[in-house]
Amino acid sequence: MPPVIVIARLTVQETSRRRLILALVVLTLIVVGFSAWGFRKITTVTTGNGATLPPEQVALITSQLLIVVTFMYSGVLALSAAVVAGPLISSEVESGLLLSMLARPIRRSEVVIGKWLGLGVLVAIYAAGSAFLEIAAVDWATGYVPPHPILLVLYVGAEGLALLSLGLLLSTRLSGITGGVIALVAWLMGWIAGVVGDVGTGLQNQAVENVGVVSHMLLPTDLLWRGAIYAMEPDAVLATLRSAGTFARANPFAAVDPPPLPFLAWVVVWFTLMLLLSIWSFRTREI
Amino acid sequence: MAAPPGAAAGFPAIQTVNLSKRFGHTVALAGLSMTVPRGEVFGFLGPNGAGKTTSVKLLLGLLRPTSGEAWLLGRPIGDLQTRRRIGYLPELFRYQGWLSAHEVLALHCELAPLPRASWKDEITSALETVGLTERANDRVSTFSKGMQQRLGLAAALVGEPELVFLDEPTSALDPVGRHDVREIIRGLASRGTAVFLNSHLLSEVEQVCDRVAVVDHGRVIASGTMDELLSGTAVKVRVSGLGDADIAKLGSFGTIDDEGAHLTFTNLKPDRVPELVAAIVALGGQVYEVTPRHQTLEDRFLQLLEEEEEES
Repeated sequence: MPPVIVIARLTVQETSRRRLILALVVLTLIVVGFSAWGFRKITTVTTGNGATLPPEQVALITSQLLIVVTFMYSGVLALSAAVVAGPLISSEVESGLLLSMLARPIRRSEVVIGKWLGLGVLVAIYAAGSAFLEIAAVDWATGYVPPHPILLVLYVGAEGLALLSLGLLLSTRLSGITGGVIALVAWLMGWIAGVVGDVGTGLQNQAVENVGVVSHMLLPTDLLWRGAIYAMEPDAVLATLRSAGTFARANPFAAVDPPPLPFLAWVVVWFTLMLLLSIWSFRTREI
Repeated sequence: MAAPPGAAAGFPAIQTVNLSKRFGHTVALAGLSMTVPRGEVFGFLGPNGAGKTTSVKLLLGLLRPTSGEAWLLGRPIGDLQTRRRIGYLPELFRYQGWLSAHEVLALHCELAPLPRASWKDEITSALETVGLTERANDRVSTFSKGMQQRLGLAAALVGEPELVFLDEPTSALDPVGRHDVREIIRGLASRGTAVFLNSHLLSEVEQVCDRVAVVDHGRVIASGTMDELLSGTAVKVRVSGLGDADIAKLGSFGTIDDEGAHLTFTNLKPDRVPELVAAIVALGGQVYEVTPRHQTLEDRFLQLLEEEEEES
């Protein structure tokens, strides 16, 4: 088996044996169960005159609540990716665990790519699995299915992978705690900067709008999150947002357009750059 | 990087030429030049911070040299293919706590990489050699420090390496474990494996090494076979009635190790013993016992460090 795959397998094995996967699965099932119960309530809740909500209103409320629930999932994914990736290399360097392995015929680039791959597979599986369960639960409870479920999984998964890539890069030089905290702060700041950029769009102020553009270039998590929102918005919501003009954009839980294609191309370049930087950083690190 | 000097005569296990390493302004290794022949047990001695572990890490490609050149088994350091033929037990030994001992060794077989058909025999043999057969399926996280060091030794042995680096291999072991490691090293030497042994335990080095290099402040201050290094005789004298000034006057008889009631003169030829006793008596000292003995590695080690300090 190539060293990259051996390292990837070892990374998956570690998270599994340390019961991280079990904890995430159990927590996800609990959240899915509670949210299914909650979404079911939307169909039975009555208004002041004792009538249940019409199907269009159920779909509207469900779509908005699903966005909030998905925000929690994306947050869990981003936090987990940053916290797990932060010490992925640094802790093994500090403890000496990598010493005997690096004395084997294995390249440092293979260690970096293998770890990215192992954790990346887990991020992808978690994004797909949790989205499938939540969408199935919402469908069962209300009959509502978001318009683009596959795109939703891709955007949420890519957001997790972005945090993983940043955490891994930091892990090649900084201690686990430091790297994890920086990745988390960067994620939150990216989210805030995205809102600031949207306010700029609303005000038609290019300078303020550029805050969002630059932050999306540096760390694309916020715009990927906006892509996930777009994938969950029904046409009626989109029409309402569009009719509200540019001010409708200044909302971290709304998206009027999908991420532009050049930006998605940049995301691919960004992932490549992060991986190359991580490899260079680890290769030049003295152990 | 050019081929090592003397390549035509067969590649030594290790060869370094002016290998140096700086960390900022700190010189960790200042021009290490040495040759370790194949099949030899080579002891690398030195006080803390002398540059021993730095040397091992440089040779294994974990650190980059600031200058100089080095070859392992005839190939420049850092060469991936050469690492197939090398075993390494780090000073800071740590293995995946979530794996069993068997799985850790399987991982090293896979990374080595060894043919899968040979893994079972390799793992069984390595576990048996280090005395961990009974714990093969236990998680490493349940192991004591000594058992983890044994596991590290087992990992260094898989694949019958031609060169093994052991960095303080007995630091966590009890006397029985130390004895076992000496036997393992002798076993490696008997099958032609070169062993590069970093150790603070001089008696251990003295018992197993064919050749020794002593490093201090990043450079080799002495090297040679054990016989070459320990050619002198030490004389231990039980004496009283001498002051510091009197003891200083006896400096011409060799390096003095003042242990209070005993003075040990290293590198003193036996025929000068009567002259030494006469000099002590002339200075007003009372001599109770004179014991000439062969110099131990510890005597020589301390003497070398003292000489080095005086020179610098």
